[in-house]
Order: sequence, then structure tokens, then C-alpha cells
Amino acid sequence: MQWGSASEFFAMGGYGLYVWTSFVATALCMVWEVLALWRRRAAARAEQRAALLGGTDETAA
Amino acid sequence: MSVNWSKYSSPQAFYPLAGRLIPWFAVVAVALMGVGLYMGFFVAPTDFQQGESYRIIFVHVPAAWMSMFLYVVMAVWAGIAMGLNARLSFMMAQAIAPTGAMFTFLALLTGAMWGKPTWGAWWVWDARLTSELILLFQYAGVMLLRTSIDDLRRADRSSAVFSLVGVVNVPIIYFSVQWWNTLHQGASVSMSTGSKMAATMLTAMLLMTVAFWLYSIAVILARARCIMIERESQPVWDEKPAVIPEAVEAR
Repeated sequence: MQWGSASEFFAMGGYGLYVWTSFVATALCMVWEVLALWRRRAAARAEQRAALLGGTDETAA
Repeated sequence: MSVNWSKYSSPQAFYPLAGRLIPWFAVVAVALMGVGLYMGFFVAPTDFQQGESYRIIFVHVPAAWMSMFLYVVMAVWAGIAMGLNARLSFMMAQAIAPTGAMFTFLALLTGAMWGKPTWGAWWVWDARLTSELILLFQYAGVMLLRTSIDDLRRADRSSAVFSLVGVVNVPIIYFSVQWWNTLHQGASVSMSTGSKMAATMLTAMLLMTVAFWLYSIAVILARARCIMIERESQPVWDEKPAVIPEAVEAR
């Protein structure tokens, strides 16, 4: 291992800003994509449930 | 034992199958990312020319590879969809575009983060960078074309044709560093000359690539399931239909 200390690790030999921006941006994009899909799925299922319930009401009436 | 694959070509059969597969792809993707990041930051040595800035390679190259690979996969689904007029294939092509666009954006962003310290510029109009930027516009075009056309069948076919035509850009991106004198460095891994990197660097990069690939499969399957619910007016094909209890209560 080439890191003497935690601060040395975060400094990345002076390239810390570039290296960590790259990794954090990638992580944020992936987390955002997963959360967005989660919400999209919940919304789609809620809408479908509402549509189906509306359908059963119509047939009952 | 033979598997009847055509059985899964209908959304009704695909939906629960995808639901069962997603957690496995997700778990393995996260595990490989953990190992890949550990190797990339703690095992792989410092580069003798670029210092620590080269570590951007562990997200940059996998993201760039996925951006091109996903475009080709999207175009293949679009082609199958056009040829067979297959609903599921149109949905798969639709499900791939946002993830492909995200990786293209990340390849450009991490590339800028690498370009600034190594070349002294965030951006240059180099053949590799320019063709990758065009790929981002192509993904945007595929998605915008879909949202701008109300008729679903026309939207499907238009975006499929657009993605098929645009696939010519992928070999241009890939071979741009050979065809033109680019500022962007040549391929780090090549079929003919092998790898020019230290073994631990290469292992970390390949682990991250496989992890990104499995991640892509998981999110694309999840998005395809969303698209199926949104498009089909029929009840969900879920293992446990969430609709039944409430429907019973409503009576």
C-alpha cells in the first residue's frame, strides 16, 4: 500500500479534487438512477392500482 | 436440459423472471465494485508518469466502455424489434437509453477530470472526445424523439430507426485514437498487443467494468419492468399482485 496516512490518501498526490470528483459524481449518478427507478415503479404501480380499482367499480355499478 | 427461451419473449413471462434476476445482478455488482475499488485504491501502484491522477481510469474506462456497449445493445434490440415487430424488444431498447446516456455523461465528466491535470484542459475538440459527445447527443435524440411523439407505435419505430442509424458512430469512437492523431491516449487494453498496464491496475479496471455491466443489467431490467407496468393496461404480472386485497376490500 502506498498511503502513509488518511490525509495522504485523500490528497491523492495533489490530484484529490479530480480523482474524488470523478468517483463521487459516478456514485451519485448511480444512486440517483436507482432512487429514480424506485419512485417511477411506485408511481406506475399506484396509477395501475387506481385504474384497476376504477375498473372494478364500473363493473360493480 | 433445454430452456425454451421464446417463452420469455412475452412481457407476461419476462416480468417475474426479471424481478427474480435483479437482486442477484445488484448484489454481485455491489460486491465487485467493493473489491474493484479496494484494488484500485489500495493494491494498484502509483503510475510512474501520471502519478495518482491515473486512478480516474477505474471509473472512466468502465463508464466509456459501457456507453458504447449499451448503445450497440440498444441498437440490436431496436433492430430485432423492427424485424419481428416485438413489443418486448421495443421496451428493452427504451429501457437501455437513459443508462447509456448516464454512462456517456460520466465518461465525458471523468474524462474532463483527467484531462485538466494531464493535458491542462478540461476539454479539447479531439476526435475521441468529439465523437463521444456526439454519442451523448444520440442518446438524447433517441429519448427526445420518443417523448415528442404521442403515438406509441410511431414513437417506438422512430427511436428504433434513429438508434440503428447512429450505431455507425460506435466504431468511430472506438478506433478514433488509431485513425486520427488524437490528444487522447491510445487503448490501454488491446486485442492485438494485450495490456500495457500493471497486472493489478488491469485487474481493478476489469473488476469495475464487470461491476458496471452487472449494474447496468439490474437497472435496465428494473426500468423495463416499470415500462411494462406503464404501457400495459392489463393487471401486473407480479408474483404477488398488489391489487387484489384492496380490490376485495373495495367491494
